[in-house]
Amino acid sequence: MTTAIEVKGINKQFVLRHSRSIKEAFVWLIKGRKGDLSEKFHALKGVDLDVKQGETVALLGFNGSGKSTLLKHISGVMIPDTGTVRTRGRVAGLIEVGAGFHHDLSGRDNVYLNGAILGMTEDQINERFQSIVDFAEIGDFIDTEVKFYSSGMYLRLAFSVAVHTDPEVFLVDEILAVGDEPFQKKCIAKIQELAGQGKTLVVVSHDLDLVSRICGRGVLLDHGEIIFDGPIHDAVAKMRGQ
Amino acid sequence: MSQMNDELVRPGVSGGLADVVRARFLLKLLVRKELKVRYRGSVLGLLWSYVKPGVQFVVFYVALGVFLGLEQSPTNKSGLPNYAIYLFSGIVLINFFTEALGNASRSIVGNGGLIKKIYLPRQLFPIASVWVSAVHFFPQLVILLAACLFTGWHPSLLQLAAAVIGFIIVALLAAGLGLLFGAANVYFRDSENFVDMLLMIATWASPVMYAWTMVQNKLGEVWFTIYQLNPITVAVETFHYAFWLPTTDGNTSIPPHLLSLWVPVALIISAGILLWGQLTFRRLEGRFAQEL
Repeated sequence: MTTAIEVKGINKQFVLRHSRSIKEAFVWLIKGRKGDLSEKFHALKGVDLDVKQGETVALLGFNGSGKSTLLKHISGVMIPDTGTVRTRGRVAGLIEVGAGFHHDLSGRDNVYLNGAILGMTEDQINERFQSIVDFAEIGDFIDTEVKFYSSGMYLRLAFSVAVHTDPEVFLVDEILAVGDEPFQKKCIAKIQELAGQGKTLVVVSHDLDLVSRICGRGVLLDHGEIIFDGPIHDAVAKMRGQ
Repeated sequence: MSQMNDELVRPGVSGGLADVVRARFLLKLLVRKELKVRYRGSVLGLLWSYVKPGVQFVVFYVALGVFLGLEQSPTNKSGLPNYAIYLFSGIVLINFFTEALGNASRSIVGNGGLIKKIYLPRQLFPIASVWVSAVHFFPQLVILLAACLFTGWHPSLLQLAAAVIGFIIVALLAAGLGLLFGAANVYFRDSENFVDMLLMIATWASPVMYAWTMVQNKLGEVWFTIYQLNPITVAVETFHYAFWLPTTDGNTSIPPHLLSLWVPVALIISAGILLWGQLTFRRLEGRFAQEL
């Protein structure tokens, strides 16, 4: 099995409080530069992770444990301070569905815009357009501005675009908790179908029952460190036992 | 379609402006989005692109041309012939620069929501801003050409080429400064205020309202050389050379060595600033997602 995602000893520090006022910086200079002007927060500490092609991995942990930060490193939105992240093939994120949507554009325009943002070419979007609309069950509303959509329609369209990008590596961040039940089921079925096709899946979710259905492997994070990495049921059990 | 990538690659490492070329489909969509969204819900719509510069032109023409006596007339021999054309050819170029740079420096912070969530070549946003401004520049150019033809315009090919190069100089400069200040704006929001100030200066630091000879007469050769080092000044002069000069009797002179020396110098300076902006942008963009 080839490696799809390789994370080697990455560290990430965030600066919590930026002193951006001249007055503060001046006082700090006068006082002989005592202390650090800003506080640092260690979001990831030496994280190593190897994901093989076709694996379905759940990143688990409490709020602030670094799950989403790790996902952002894999997608390339963030770059580690030290260590390296490498991925194989196209990586696409279902990270906050609809991030690239614009309210004043029609559904059709948004499909093109969002598809292009997620890395599809013009031909690919043309070819999959009908399938995207069908999956979203939008029908005739496709030429209506999305600000008139119900939140469910909006979400369905956004999700539909994202699953049609057909990447090798799929990143899913806490989006399955939204939408009504039939659509949620449809989404989950779609994700399982993708996993069945041998796509690599990395999921961040607090819904432990859901991830144990979708994923095969669980990685438990705590305060920026991996504390457990193994079969999903053991990971969920450990998470619940904490 | 080379989707299947067999190598392990590091995500989020940008290829600079080359990425923009690769993502030109997305660039096209972003530009189209901006154009659609700009005048949404307004009755006049795209007509605003004509109305605003039109009103601006009338105000400047009355105040400067008539009241301050820059327009040549039988009672005022020292003024500029066809001052209206002179003024408008400069204004359209300055408007392009002002809009392009102003929007480009706000583009990264303005699209912060997207940049924080999805990786895409971030250079796209400032470049799209410049592109949108170029689209808005076009109707103004049409008005200018109509006015030129009305006053007996007979340009040579060289003059038209000079105008194209003048436009390129401003576009490169706006893109370069837009990348620079757009990236800086993420870290220091002072950046956009600084740009506003810069744009106010830019309108007056080039011979848009007045004649270049006034600068030379008041400041002398040394300062005039420094004045000419401003790429916008040179670009405005090429526009005068292309649109205004052929409508006059040709007795007024253009700055010496405009085509042989200053145009190449301005091109080099603009390209240099674009390179500088691009390098700074690439150095700063790694931390955009956490700073926004």
